[in-house]
Amino acid sequence: MDIGTIAKELNLKVISASDKMKNIVTGGYTGDLLSDVMANSHEGDIWITRQVHQNIVAIATLKEHAGIILVNSCEPAKNTLEKAIAEKVPILVSDLPVFELTGKIYNLLAAAK
Amino acid sequence: MNPAVNKSEDTLNKYSFNIEGGNFNDAGTVSTRIKSILKQKGLPNDVVRKSAIVCYEAEINIVSYARKGTVNLTITAETVEIEVIDEGPGIPDIEQAMEQGYSTANQQIREMGFGAGMGLHNINSYSDKFDITSEVNKGTFLKMIINNPQSTKDL
Repeated sequence: MDIGTIAKELNLKVISASDKMKNIVTGGYTGDLLSDVMANSHEGDIWITRQVHQNIVAIATLKEHAGIILVNSCEPAKNTLEKAIAEKVPILVSDLPVFELTGKIYNLLAAAK
Repeated sequence: MNPAVNKSEDTLNKYSFNIEGGNFNDAGTVSTRIKSILKQKGLPNDVVRKSAIVCYEAEINIVSYARKGTVNLTITAETVEIEVIDEGPGIPDIEQAMEQGYSTANQQIREMGFGAGMGLHNINSYSDKFDITSEVNKGTFLKMIINNPQSTKDL
């Protein structure tokens, strides 16, 4: 499933890299502790987080995540957005809290398998 | 911004990068660069993944605690060696610092999602060999070795 489909299904707002909506999502990871995300997430994951500072872009780039979704309608910090645009990392925003969003994405991915 | 790369002249498989303490803007840049070098060399995905994790944790430690540091990368047919040398406060009790959950991070670092006391623990878990020495008020030296099970002959 590509990230654009998830965005459409869950009514997510695309904040950066709208030309990368064909990125394939192979799994997901939810977390705000960066060392945990660094160690345990995988390439192709969609990363769900409440962190909005620019280091999330470095992690997503390094781990080759399909994209980042910010929860609870949180907007990225200005330098996060600039970095995401420069690095072509899709950042999307959901108005859902983290538990609900994670569950919905889990179900979407499971149904697509 | 690209990190300063001082490619040594005698061999193509040694690289050195400088990291500035306190600069969270560029945190992760050196790890990203190292990852792309290892990928370019055709190293197995698992070796690249482990190298990226240990390098990122070490990089974040320099940014969080040290004044400055250097990362030396050496790629051989059998291993990836990453040395990280910093000038900083040092670690008084290494055994304690290695415990999962132990951290001396301040509030600002914790708010960013760092400083959960996982860094050195992750470095230890993802390295095949890990050495750490430290001197208080001088700095810390880390050496991580990741084995390449496929032993790439032509780098």
